[in-house]
Formats: sequence, C-alpha cells, structure tokens
Amino acid sequence: MPPQVTERAYQGRVHERSRALMSAWMDEVRRSEAEGQPTAALMISGNCVELLRACHVLPMFPEVTALQNAIRHKSLPLILKAEQAGYSSDNCAYVKADIGMFLDGGMGPGAPIPFPTLTVCNYVGCNVYVKWFEHLADVSGSRLFMLDVPFARTETPAEADVRYVVGQLRELITLCESVTGHRFDIDELRVILADAARAQEGYARCKHLTKHHPAPFDAYFDSINMMGPINVLRGTPEAARFFDEAVAEFESLAAQGLGPLSEERFRTVIEGPPPYPYYKSFRNLMSRWGAVAVQSTYSTVGGIWEFGFRHDPRRPLESIAEQMLYENLTNRSIVARYAQIRRYVEEWQADALIIHSIKSCRLFSAGQGDMREYFTRELGVPTLLVESDLEDPRYYAEAQIKNRIDAFFEALEHRKLVRDTAGRPA
Amino acid sequence: MIYGAGVDVGSTQTKAVIVDGARAIVARVLIPTGANVSRAGERAFVEACGQAGLAREAVGAVIGTGYGRYKVTFGDTQITEITCHARGAHAVFPATRTVIDMGGQDTKAIKVAPDGSVVDFSMNDKCAAGTGRFLSAAADVTGVGLDEIGARALAARAPVRLTSVCTVFVESDIMSYLAQRKSVEDILGGVHKAIATRTMSLVRRVGVEPEITFTGGVSRNVGMVRALEEVLGAPLNVSADGHYMGALGAALFALERAQAAAPAPAAAAGG
Repeated sequence: MPPQVTERAYQGRVHERSRALMSAWMDEVRRSEAEGQPTAALMISGNCVELLRACHVLPMFPEVTALQNAIRHKSLPLILKAEQAGYSSDNCAYVKADIGMFLDGGMGPGAPIPFPTLTVCNYVGCNVYVKWFEHLADVSGSRLFMLDVPFARTETPAEADVRYVVGQLRELITLCESVTGHRFDIDELRVILADAARAQEGYARCKHLTKHHPAPFDAYFDSINMMGPINVLRGTPEAARFFDEAVAEFESLAAQGLGPLSEERFRTVIEGPPPYPYYKSFRNLMSRWGAVAVQSTYSTVGGIWEFGFRHDPRRPLESIAEQMLYENLTNRSIVARYAQIRRYVEEWQADALIIHSIKSCRLFSAGQGDMREYFTRELGVPTLLVESDLEDPRYYAEAQIKNRIDAFFEALEHRKLVRDTAGRPA
Repeated sequence: MIYGAGVDVGSTQTKAVIVDGARAIVARVLIPTGANVSRAGERAFVEACGQAGLAREAVGAVIGTGYGRYKVTFGDTQITEITCHARGAHAVFPATRTVIDMGGQDTKAIKVAPDGSVVDFSMNDKCAAGTGRFLSAAADVTGVGLDEIGARALAARAPVRLTSVCTVFVESDIMSYLAQRKSVEDILGGVHKAIATRTMSLVRRVGVEPEITFTGGVSRNVGMVRALEEVLGAPLNVSADGHYMGALGAALFALERAQAAAPAPAAAAGG
C-alpha cells in the first residue's frame, strides 16, 4: 500500500545547466569534422579525458551515445541490426546499440556525429569494450590506441602499475601530437587538472550533501545530471563552475529541508546502472514508496571522488594513472565494491540496498547474488535484487519488477511500523 | 459483524476469500482468470459474497493481491501476494518461518518473521521453469490430467533425470523418454524432482528455517509435496486452503483495515 508521495515540482538549475552543457559538447562534436578538430572515442570508466584535452583532442563517448539512444527509446532497432550481423543476444547491449548505428554508417544520438579521429580504448574492467572499440576503429577507419590498464589487485596503487600506465600515457601523447600537430605542454595539463580537481571536489561535496535527511537530490536518478559534466567535461572551467553552482543549489535545498519527494520514507543505496529505456518508469516504482537513493555505485563509474581522491597537478600523469587504476568503480574487485557499498549504507544511513542487475553485462553483474546474501545475512541490510538491462528494452518486465519492489517496500514499511511503535512511549 | 475480503488475481486463476470478525473463512471462490482480469476479480468477489450470503456492502474492506491486483479497482487497496501469502500461511500455521508458494508462473520462497511479516523473499525470474506451468507442460505431453500427475509421480520407481530446466524444452525431453518406453510414473517422478531441486535453490537464497509451509495452487499436488519434503529433508505444512493462502492473507489485512475504520463502541457514561 504505497503512501501518497509526490515528486517535487521544482527540478532546479542543475538539470537545466547539465542539459545545456551536454548539448553544447555534443554540438562541438558534431561540428568537429567540418572545423578540422581531431576527436577521440573514449570509455567513461576511469577515463583520461584531461590528457586528451591537454592534447587538444575533443573527447567523445560511444557509451553516452548508446545510453542517449536508449533513453529516447531508439535502442532496440539498433540492437536488432547488430544481432542480425551476428552479435549474440548475450552480448553487451551498449555495444550492440552502437554497432547497429555504425552499421548504419554513423554515430548519434539524434543528429549524426562524425566518426572519431582516434579510438582510444582505455580498457578499464571490461574486456568486451576492447572488441567494441576494435570494431569502431575498423568501421570508422580511425587510428586505434589500446591502453592496457591492469585490473586493481591491491588496495593501494602499486608503483609498477602506475609506471606501466604512465608509460602508455606518454605513448598516447606522442600519437596525439602526430595527429593534431600540437606540441604537448605539461603546464597546460596542470591547469586542466586543477579544473578537474575543482569539479571533483564539487561533485564529492554534492554527494556528501545526501547525508542530510531528507537528501536534497536522488543520488541515483538525479546523479545522472552530474555524471555528464564529471565524466565528459572534467577538466573544463565550465564543469568546475557547474559543480560550484550545484553545491550551492543542493546546500540551499538541504538547508530548507527539501528533498526530491514530498516525503523521504526510505533511504536506499542503489547498485548497478539504471534501465535507461525505462528510466522514468523505474524511478516511479521507487518514488511512489517515498524511496530516495542517498548513494549509488553507478554514479562512481567514471571516478570515485567522495572518498577524497583528486587529480594532482603536481603529479599530472601519475595521478591520471592512479585514477584509471584505482579510483573508479569498474577496475576494482567486487570485494572493494562491497566495502564501498558498506560505507554508503553506514555513513549515509541507508535503510536498504537495491541491486539492479544488468542482463547483458555479465562482467558487472557477476557476483551480485553473493552481494545480496552478504548484505542481507552478514550485515542485516535489507537487500533487493531486480534484473533488467541498461539498454535492451526486451529485458524489462515491469510487472515482475514492480511486484518485487512493492513486496520489498511492504516489508520495510512493516519494519518501520514495528520500530516506530516500539520507540513510542507507553 | 465486520467482514474482510481478499481477491487474488493470479496469472491462471483468481481466488476470493471472505473472513468474518473472528478471522474464520466464510467464503472461498476459485475461477479461471481468463483474458479479462478486472472482470475475473469482480466475478470472484461477487460469487464469494453470494456464497457467504452477504451483500457486497456488508464487506468492510476488500484488498486486491496477485499480478492483477491493480485491476481490482473496486478494492480499497493492493498488497503483493508475497506479503499476503506470508500473512495467510502464518494465520493457518503460526510457527511458519518459511513459505514456499508455487503458482502458475511464479515460485516464491519467503522468509517470515514470528509476527507473519516478510523478512526476505526470492522468486524465479523471467522463466516459468520450476512453476505450475512446468507441470502443465508435463501433463500435456504425458496425457495425464493435471489433477492426477502428483499421485502418478508418487508411484515412480526410478524417476528419470531431466536434462532441461526449461519449460519449453522439457516437452522434448519427455517425448524422448516416452520413445524409450520409460513409464509415465517415472517420467512424472523426474519432473517433480526437477522442480523440487530448482525450488530448493530459491529457498536456500532466503535460508531454510522450519516450519515450512507450502502454499499456492501446486500445494494440492501430493507428488510435489513429497518431492519438496525429500529435497528439503523436512516436513511441509500443507493446508486444504493452500490454494487460497494469498487471498486469505489479503482478506485478513482487509479485516484489520475494516476493524480499524469501524467506529469505536460508545464509552460507558459515569464516573
């Protein structure tokens, strides 16, 4: 029996500013070929976007294209096209949606964007992406640069790993110089890294503001608006300013005791990417119960900033390597992910953990059944696991997902009632 | 007298139960859901009222449950069948700590608190293997009626081993065994064992804690009861009303709601 909970009508400036910044970036990418601006396709996770900026190469992200197609309900025909070409139904749907688009002769979303000049596979935690980027390079005729970032095996950065990645970053710089004709300037990179660190600080402060009761924004669904600027535009003054404004806005909402819903009944941590084809519908299934995500792992896929890591202009290449190796969600072990989620549950005072498992991403989803058991049994954190997909609408079974979510919150409501009754003076 | 009604609109069948103020069942109705989910809910409720000899206005509250719960538009509210089965099972067997609910398309393992509330649950996902549908497929291929397959499975001497856990492919597995002249009893014994084994993995996810109560339409199948008891190594509580447990749970919630809304008796005057 969900209580009557409504969404706050005022969505704030953060949403508008994010949309404007991302549109401006997309326009820049669209104009790049005509303006002779070299571009590079890059992965979101643990990316080295600052280095490309310093090399005067405009970054573009096939994952962003894929998710934007999904959120616009345009992914399925593209996925089917890739499957017709032989891609398995078990294959990553992000990959298939983009491959479907490449097979159509272009990249999107919406209006076409030109193929990249360089394809920089920063391989972080996902070996399927290696094939994706190889295919993109093949279709587009762009130069492929494969970064080999070792999977994080230790808790702190291993010096040999950092040295190994820095060596490859130097090779990337040389390649960029040959493509752009622009001589790399380490001091320019330091300035860019200072802006990146400012954006990281702002993003981290926003994420810490969700410790307020109620949280001023939903750290899963609303964080999407900040993930664009932090993952794509990091290193620009615009992104740094965006986060200054975001902090001010969320601080103001927190001071007024305003959250994204009329009532924050449950505080959740959400693990896993959202089902982009049914983004709003999935959000509604939580909102109707008054559930607000106070933290999410997906919002750290590009980088984990809330625990203090910042790019260091004094150690430019080394700190980029450290971020690629250690300070992002996907290049770490599932045990490290457990620890991250545990901190979220404890420090952000969450009532429950919700795992949204992704059917077409076995790499990220493997182990989530054990994760559910660990949090439920070992830590006593009520945990729900639902499954669909981040890109393929065929895997989203609304009735089944709704049934699980409703039953989960019914049980939480009961516990809350029992707790409140027990706490009431006799 | 205050009454509460629960209407459980399932994927294949719709059940309605009415309870009186003493929590006793005064009516129980089961009809096929069919294509018109709203009509099935309404019809089951009206028939239950008729069976209880009540005007529908006499029922203080109606709660919809099951996949079609939001189509019970005449009801007061909706509660998932997970919560309702836990509540129903706890009402009939108060020491219940684990519920196995096996219906037409779902099998659920529910961990229940001492007060009958849900602690944790686990369900089959996007696949009807290990549910009533799996049994229907086996019944169709073997030509044995759905009501008889359980008893026939009990007569198995050497249950076959099914290689498939897919409701669609199990049919070709069974055809293959029939071609090898395996007995229908051994084939059905194998089918029940396969479902029980699959169910066990769901139950393990929430943890097996006695007492275990078996609910849902398949709880009427004696072969399934035996197969589950064998894999669990523990006896199951099975009620003659197992099929109605979700509707019963909903009816009990409805009764509470109706009682809470009823005006309190006037306080006695005087000092």
